[in-house]
Amino acid sequence: MRLLKGNQEFRSMSGKPKLIYFNGRGRMETVRWLLAAAGVEFEEIFLDTREQYVKLIKDGSLMFQQVPLVEIDGMKMVQTRAILSYIAGKYNLYGKDLKERAFIDMYVEGITDLMHMIMMFPFSPPEVKEKNLALLMERATQRYFPVFEKAFKQHGQDFLVGSRVSWADIQLMEAILAVEEKIPAVLSGFPQLQAFKTRMSNMPAIKKFLQPGSPRKPPPDEHYVANVLKVLTEEWSPH
Amino acid sequence: MAGKPKLHYSRGRGRMESIRWLLAAAGVEFEEEFIETKEDLEKLRNDGALLFQQVPMVEIDGMKMVQTRAILSYIAAKHNLYGKDLKERAWIDMYVEGTTDLMWMIIYLPFQPAEAKGKNLALIIERATARYFPVYEKALKDHGHDYLVGNKLSWADIHLLEAILMVEECKPDVLSAFPLLQAFKERISNIPTIKKFLQPGSQRNPPEDEECTENARKIFNI
Repeated sequence: MRLLKGNQEFRSMSGKPKLIYFNGRGRMETVRWLLAAAGVEFEEIFLDTREQYVKLIKDGSLMFQQVPLVEIDGMKMVQTRAILSYIAGKYNLYGKDLKERAFIDMYVEGITDLMHMIMMFPFSPPEVKEKNLALLMERATQRYFPVFEKAFKQHGQDFLVGSRVSWADIQLMEAILAVEEKIPAVLSGFPQLQAFKTRMSNMPAIKKFLQPGSPRKPPPDEHYVANVLKVLTEEWSPH
Repeated sequence: MAGKPKLHYSRGRGRMESIRWLLAAAGVEFEEEFIETKEDLEKLRNDGALLFQQVPMVEIDGMKMVQTRAILSYIAAKHNLYGKDLKERAWIDMYVEGTTDLMWMIIYLPFQPAEAKGKNLALIIERATARYFPVYEKALKDHGHDYLVGNKLSWADIHLLEAILMVEECKPDVLSAFPLLQAFKERISNIPTIKKFLQPGSQRNPPEDEECTENARKIFNI
């Protein structure tokens, strides 16, 4: 992973996908997970300054003036879901037919809703943090985890869809770990998910991603929040 | 029993409208079962019909599909509205995500506090004309084709037309600076299945009114 700064051309010379985002999880983390699980090496450019962001917009690199941006296969891809769908399709993590894809999509959308709650945590005011945590616990244990627990119980396979690892498994794994960071015992009522977590942790590419020194990012802190706000918010400046 | 797709939702546009559009554009007849009360929603939940306790839910091809995007992707792919390969699908996905973000601003408008309405409306128009419409205008200009992706009608075109009409309901002349989008709008509106959907008597829903909004608030606890 090379760190490029300043006014460098955001063109991937190596052919590896290039991820442009803040130096933190946010909306890009699932992309990192998916590429890593697929065994795909990638480069990252971190947005530290507003100037970098403004330049990206002026250069026409951001279709809707937003990041994540992933340069891959000659495209400047934006919109997290579009990026993830492309990667999943390209690396055979999207099921074998339309119906399997439908189930993967449904599971992924549910997990995304759960992850969104966690993603917004650091940006919410301190007075609602307690309430949000309670809601996260409720949603995770009453709405989302039961669905996946039941799926494993019913088909008895190692993976959510089609007896082969897919985008849904990778994103579920990411979500489980993210919720556990906030609520360590959250899987206590879910034996199937505990077994799933162990299985996934031992897959070589994921095992590697979970080790220190990988592109995996730590949980967001105030520093990360401050950076995001600094880059995205237009500041008044005297002329 | 392979029948028509069956849509479960409340009356009104909400998150289901894009699904109605796509099915209609694909020439697929569908049935609707409307959730009129909180109890209707509870019954669906208690019957185990809703994977994540939420609607939209569409019964299609033996599945009880939930999650709007999953449903739309499935319909698009099934009816050849999703491009010819992975790259075309990537472009369609990107375009659709953009129109989704824009439409969501409008869908959510009636549920915002009244005092914020003016400001939010202004933001919608700004986003439409400064962020979203320029992208599609440019795409059409760059390749000169009738459709956004792959020189063939796709989900992206249908979704964009839906978005354009929604924004026009907020501001009728919003396309004044976008000649190619004006032509696009005419062209896509005249596709027979879409033309039919745009006529009175179709399953298309009118813009949300007060009653609709109030009802949705009650059913979904907004």
